[in-house]
Amino acid sequence: MKRLLSLFALLLAGVAHAASPLPSDSLYQLSVPLTDQDGLTAPFAAHRGTPQVVSMFYTSCTMVCPMIIDTMKATRRAAGEPANLHLLAVSFDPERDDVEALRRYAAVHKLDLRWWTLSRTPPQHTRSLAALLGVQYRQLPGGDFNHSSALLLLDGEGRLVARTGIIGRTDPDFVAAVRKATAK
Amino acid sequence: MRRRLALLLLGVSLAGPAVAADYAPLPGGRFASVLPADGKTAPAVLRPFRLRTEPVTNAEFLAFVQRQPQWRRDRVPSVFTDGRYLAQWAAPDRLGPAALPRQPVTQVSWFAAQAYCESEHARLPTWYEWEYAAAADATRADARGDPAWRERVLAWYARPSSDALPSVGGKPDVHGVRDLNGLVWEWVEDFNAMMTSADSREQDGADKLKFCGAGAISMEQKENYATLMRVAMLSSLKATDTTANLGFRCARPE
Repeated sequence: MKRLLSLFALLLAGVAHAASPLPSDSLYQLSVPLTDQDGLTAPFAAHRGTPQVVSMFYTSCTMVCPMIIDTMKATRRAAGEPANLHLLAVSFDPERDDVEALRRYAAVHKLDLRWWTLSRTPPQHTRSLAALLGVQYRQLPGGDFNHSSALLLLDGEGRLVARTGIIGRTDPDFVAAVRKATAK
Repeated sequence: MRRRLALLLLGVSLAGPAVAADYAPLPGGRFASVLPADGKTAPAVLRPFRLRTEPVTNAEFLAFVQRQPQWRRDRVPSVFTDGRYLAQWAAPDRLGPAALPRQPVTQVSWFAAQAYCESEHARLPTWYEWEYAAAADATRADARGDPAWRERVLAWYARPSSDALPSVGGKPDVHGVRDLNGLVWEWVEDFNAMMTSADSREQDGADKLKFCGAGAISMEQKENYATLMRVAMLSSLKATDTTANLGFRCARPE
């Protein structure tokens, strides 16, 4: 019954949320237009109503970034593959990461687009989003980026629930937070 | 040149929140930053840009929150600023005795500063733009080699922060820009791009995992510790932080 109710709530989310204001501490207060691997542009708050793990990466990065994507996958698996968890990775590199680059990356890394979104946003928004997520990045002259790595868990309202800097393996505390956030 | 001077003078005489802010043109070019572009020795390359000649004042920021009330301290979403945002003002829409109209506005987060600059069809300057502009003195575009320049900057650092902030309107430098050194710290757009390792010995090893790519960048020009201190301060900030000595100005592409 509880599950049915929450499903119902999910279905209603789109309608109900149009009316209710975001909480003051919601990260979705930042209006960032995100364009995904299919070329569709939607606001950062598009997945409002569903818990979401968010990180930043770029497709031409060969060292840490694949580990970020893998860690997001592994976290979802470790949390019991909850159906109501969304995974979002936004590029540091809007110049080179066009829709085609994102689409190719999603295919190569076999990302299931039922719950995965890879996105880009114009440079000024990339900087704001990174500031919001507490991620540092810097473009190097050759086109690569230095960046810090973090996974953030947002609840359905976009509030920060948990954050981890552990990449390359799953963080047990973060996985537990994902389980809890998706169990409701 | 004469026309520019006349315009500048006009701007000064009319200075106030109702008047569009002055932006001075800076030529840009190659610039030896304390943060080499490649983390080693590469100079920064700057396109020509315009820099606001003065930091944003309390009066100007008040006019902004009146136009955009979502940035009032009692309405701003908590995700954009800490609890001390504009705390020195008497009320959300009034300056009061602790915030004089011509004092630079402080206690503003990076998000609030960005929003203000957007309202002037501008943005925050990048670190390179700011550092390049602040290298000037009254007669030279790059006075950093002069020990007197460094001492002047450091003398300001040594002043107790409990003193009341002076008003904006210091002497203009060679570009016509005022108060870059000696009044308040200032936000830059890419404050979160200064990934410097706390311990320079770590630069090649320990941060490989933390920072994708070349690891933390090294800081050059060790003798220029006035600027290095500023980098350290900026890189320690979160975008929601506000402090009593941190203000901002805006920049535009040429």
